[in-house]
Amino acid sequence: MSNLAVLPIVMPLIAGVLLAFFHNKLPLVRTLAKVLTIINFLVVLYVFYYVINNGSVVLETGGWIAPYGIILVADIFSITLVLTTNIIALATVFYAPLTLSKKQEEFYFYSFFFLLITGVSGAFITGDLFNLFVFFEVLLMASYGLIVLGGERVQLRESIKYVLINLFSSMLFVTTVAFLYSVVGTVNMAQIAERVGEVEQKGVLTTIAILLFFVFGTKAALFPLYYWLPKPYTVPNPVVSALFGALLTKVGIYSIIRIFTLIFVYQTTFTHDLFLWIAVFTLIFGVIGALSTNNIKLIIAYNIIPAVGFMLLGVGILNETAVSGTVYYLVHDMLIKAALFLLIGAIVHLTGTTDLKKMGGLIHHYPLLGWMLFLAALILAGIPPFSGFIGKLLLLQGALLNGEILVVIIGLLSSLLILFSVMKIFIRAFWGEENKEIQPNRKMANKLTIPAIFLLFFSVLLGVGAELFYPGVKNISAYLLDPEIYIQSVLKE
Amino acid sequence: MIQHNDLILRTTTSLIAFILFGFSIYLFLAGHSAPGGGFIGGLMTSAAILLMYMAYGNKAVSKILPINYRMLIPIGLSVAILTSVGSFLFGQPFLSHTYGYFYLPVFGEKELATAVLFDLGVYLTVVGITMTIILTIASDR
Repeated sequence: MSNLAVLPIVMPLIAGVLLAFFHNKLPLVRTLAKVLTIINFLVVLYVFYYVINNGSVVLETGGWIAPYGIILVADIFSITLVLTTNIIALATVFYAPLTLSKKQEEFYFYSFFFLLITGVSGAFITGDLFNLFVFFEVLLMASYGLIVLGGERVQLRESIKYVLINLFSSMLFVTTVAFLYSVVGTVNMAQIAERVGEVEQKGVLTTIAILLFFVFGTKAALFPLYYWLPKPYTVPNPVVSALFGALLTKVGIYSIIRIFTLIFVYQTTFTHDLFLWIAVFTLIFGVIGALSTNNIKLIIAYNIIPAVGFMLLGVGILNETAVSGTVYYLVHDMLIKAALFLLIGAIVHLTGTTDLKKMGGLIHHYPLLGWMLFLAALILAGIPPFSGFIGKLLLLQGALLNGEILVVIIGLLSSLLILFSVMKIFIRAFWGEENKEIQPNRKMANKLTIPAIFLLFFSVLLGVGAELFYPGVKNISAYLLDPEIYIQSVLKE
Repeated sequence: MIQHNDLILRTTTSLIAFILFGFSIYLFLAGHSAPGGGFIGGLMTSAAILLMYMAYGNKAVSKILPINYRMLIPIGLSVAILTSVGSFLFGQPFLSHTYGYFYLPVFGEKELATAVLFDLGVYLTVVGITMTIILTIASDR
């Protein structure tokens, strides 16, 4: 028993509720939000340190023992993701006051922000399938609030789509959990894993596995379920886009990784081979989407999709190298997507347009912003020695070990096209004739770039210091591929 | 809300609203070991308040019950969170609760549980949310 596991969930929850009390006293709320985020980050850092040294922290809430009560499991995988989430929260909370209008901030932005962090952390930490659904709902409720913040016409139109697709997949989620419960008689993930193992995933269990994959695939924006994603992610404020792009789809892919390395691992010729093909199609269609538009926000939003494809690749291959590639890529992608959305948000805020054709010559006014975008593009596409390269290297190495040549070729080609799609922003917006109509505001530009630099710092560290992080990632991968450790730590038999 | 001169509605409301209030508090307290609880009690209370709004109109009821319903939401949530976090002080897992038997004047020996405090948080939040939603829609023209 240790209450450490619940702290990353309860701290932001308390912060969100506290800030709802004085939502219209802006200077106070801004300062409090920053202070509380820093405190929360430090607490999570401590829990991370504790888990790395002492192994998983398991909390049985309310004192109800393992298969009966709700279990929270802070293991090395989930706590790493929670820590990454909090790094992103730190950057966005400092960026938020710069681009949000006063009205948006007063309308409970910070409360929704903290509730979103609560939901994401909870989804990472919970060890109970039904509770995972509950935390999905918590983060979705917060995201519904954030996406309509401001209440413009286009926002309302896109948010209807977003709400409908998520309601549908949530309904399917509950139904599937009910199916699974009727077969195995439990919702505790460790016990489900144990019981599915006993019957070697025979009969209807594989069908349930595919249904669950369908649910998480919708949230994670996989082919052919990604169509809802790009537009709703471009309409809200850049801070909100950054949070969505960095966190929401990643919760979906986290659930796929967790469920399909812990529970449904006995019929891999059927399930995991299917994942491989879905991953390949996700890569291809995501990249085509990113190349098809001149709207810079949409380019970045489409770039979420091939990244999710890469992560699914590792689950499909399911050997130690590939899974460590997935874990590496997951952390890398959370950081870089947040940084990119913040940088693009800065450009849109400064120029007042999202159309690439109306920009040009921005490098004369904003050299720092330009070069940071250049760096972010290199990291995203996976140019050595940055973090994207190491993640992809591990993934493709894993694919080669299993002899999947075609997958490797498509992976490499799509990385090249990803680089092209992001470089297009740099070339068209920053080079060329400068647009005389735009009034430069260099001071604001620098302020907007600092949070992104903070994230890029961690991203570069992750790539350059790969030697340092690789053993840890390998540990996580070995841990994920051995479900027994998780089951033992929860059920303690 | 449009003012009507509904004599029957007003007369019955003054009676029924209080029965509803009383029943909602009964449901709220029964929730520990019988059907009921903070959620359903909160809904019943909102129904009573809503009935008064329908009978007497926005102006009159706002004067009788000068409550900022939107503020009830964070208040309720903090009551619920504080009771669940309170277990930290006693070194117990998150959300743990405890109970004991006490002698109360008039009522006699009764069981008192800390879970009721959590339920109180739920009750306040439900009243706050329901009334905020209904009043927002009603005052929107």
